[in-house]
Amino acid sequence: MQHIETLIKEKLNSDIRFVEGLNACMNCGICTAICPAAEFYDYDPRTMLTIVQSGNLQKIRELLESDTIWYCGQCMSCKTRCPRHNCPGLVISVLRKISQETGAFTQSRMGRQQYLLRKGLGNALLNIGYSLHPSFIKPADHPEQGPVWQWIFENASEIYKTVGANLDEEGPGVLRKIDKEAMTEFRAIFEETGCLELFRLIDQYSSIKALELGITNEANQPDMDQYLHFIENEQETSY
Amino acid sequence: MQTETSKNWSQFNKDIANDHYYYLRSCIRQNFFPGSEVAFLDILRNKLGKTIYDDASHTTCAGIGYHCDIVPFETIQALAARHFSLMTEKGLKHAVVSCVTSFGIYSEILDTWNHFPESLEKTRNALRKSTGREFELPENVVHCSDIVYKFRKEIKDQAKHTLTNTKTGKPLKIVDHIGCHYAKIFPERGVGGAEFPKVLTGMITAWGGETVDYPERRHCCGFGFRHYFVKNNRSYSLSNSKKKFESMEPFQPDAIVTNCPGCNLFLDRWQYTLEQIERKTYGQQGQGIPVLTYEELAGLVLGYDPWKLGLQFHQVEVEPFLDKMGIAYKKGDKYKNLDGKIIGERPMVNELNIV
Ligand code: SF4
Ligand code: SF4
Repeated sequence: MQHIETLIKEKLNSDIRFVEGLNACMNCGICTAICPAAEFYDYDPRTMLTIVQSGNLQKIRELLESDTIWYCGQCMSCKTRCPRHNCPGLVISVLRKISQETGAFTQSRMGRQQYLLRKGLGNALLNIGYSLHPSFIKPADHPEQGPVWQWIFENASEIYKTVGANLDEEGPGVLRKIDKEAMTEFRAIFEETGCLELFRLIDQYSSIKALELGITNEANQPDMDQYLHFIENEQETSY
Repeated sequence: MQTETSKNWSQFNKDIANDHYYYLRSCIRQNFFPGSEVAFLDILRNKLGKTIYDDASHTTCAGIGYHCDIVPFETIQALAARHFSLMTEKGLKHAVVSCVTSFGIYSEILDTWNHFPESLEKTRNALRKSTGREFELPENVVHCSDIVYKFRKEIKDQAKHTLTNTKTGKPLKIVDHIGCHYAKIFPERGVGGAEFPKVLTGMITAWGGETVDYPERRHCCGFGFRHYFVKNNRSYSLSNSKKKFESMEPFQPDAIVTNCPGCNLFLDRWQYTLEQIERKTYGQQGQGIPVLTYEELAGLVLGYDPWKLGLQFHQVEVEPFLDKMGIAYKKGDKYKNLDGKIIGERPMVNELNIV
């Protein structure tokens, strides 16, 4: 326990975004007044900054294990208005990173969702060099996209051509296939800068959590497909 | 209602390069508004006589991954550095970024390198080690909407249509929605700053339209990154957009124009969702409010064909807006492929005109 708290302290102080994001918060609450997440969630950036500023590692640790840090929508509206030039949204980014590096994220429902993002978005990035592709946005998972998207999804190769896109083809243009050479460099950057290590940590801590929750296969190993399904559908009251 | 804030805008006159650009594409726009990316290049090259390099070798900036917290800051710094390296290779110095999230990312990175030179050094080493590349810092990094804003008068000079209701002769009322990361993080990097951004209102008024001020004008669309990508959290995104629609409804706007790919998507799709869930629409005569990108708006002013611009990619029907502008179009062409054949089973129009 002591070890994790020391680690948290080290990680906080070594992140330049933490140095940039927090300069003497005076607790005025302007960030909370403008924060869209504070309006729709039980979330208050002012309190969050007060805790972080207090340096109380026990409380910071509780924050890392809670849903709270995952409510922020990263709009950065708080940055514009803070009279002390703090950026609660940036401090949140640092806390989220540490939560993942220490495994604390698996202790909250909202935190556990990182495994969904790592699998979906993370794999998309590594496989194609884009955050998304028309084939990933399945109408069944995205009812809000409506019938027009359904039509586009089902007829993508023809429809993208009508506006001059270059879907999945060689050369420049909209939604072109990113070539092998570029993808090799892209992946090498992910490895060199610690992104793949972060993916491994998210995977590893999520497996431990699956085991702890008894989400296992016949060989008593974590069943990660089932775990994905579990966190995808996990409601506030279900755990 | 006209906005009366022009005196404050002059505080933020950002430097926007005049020519010889290097283009950095947006993931969301390529997927959902591909016609806008094509139109941007076409307007620049063929209407404004500028050069812009469209590089097949650039990738995502991974900004969405960064704000979803699965991609570290060090990674996006090195990815940005790789893009600067590609630019250096081409002898170019003016980056033009299509995505507002990316624009915020590049701004954050350049600001960090400026404040913490050791992080620039670290990034140079990481890029060298992983790819063998070197790079020079760009001289100018702007968002695509900055460029269209800069040349709004040249676009007006070639206009085939204005933002006027051709039936009443009155200016069309257009709500501007600026993506949060355009200027809320670094107000000095946005035309007009964060409080009075004029990047879109400048276009609207130059082309004959009227801007609309409403209480929740600066409120986020609600993307929230992880809040949209995780299905269970999507109501956050919807709730924020709903707050905006309710606030703009009394002003009865003719259209919304955005400069952010995500905002454009959500303000379009959440109107459909709210119509489905609550049978509620926010536009005139029970219709939705068309949501356009600034290139779509510029393209219509310049006389581009609406379906070449990709207006068929929108869920909220744009035809009422085209009719007001007096734009002639063939309704049937909306669903045709390049050979003139109807593609697939066309989506059905319901009684509320939100297709
Ligand atoms: S606005 Fe700034 S100073 Fe005020 S509570 Fe928020 S972070 Fe602290
Ligand atoms: S960045 Fe996060 S904390 Fe800041 S205003 Fe937006 S949602 Fe609130």
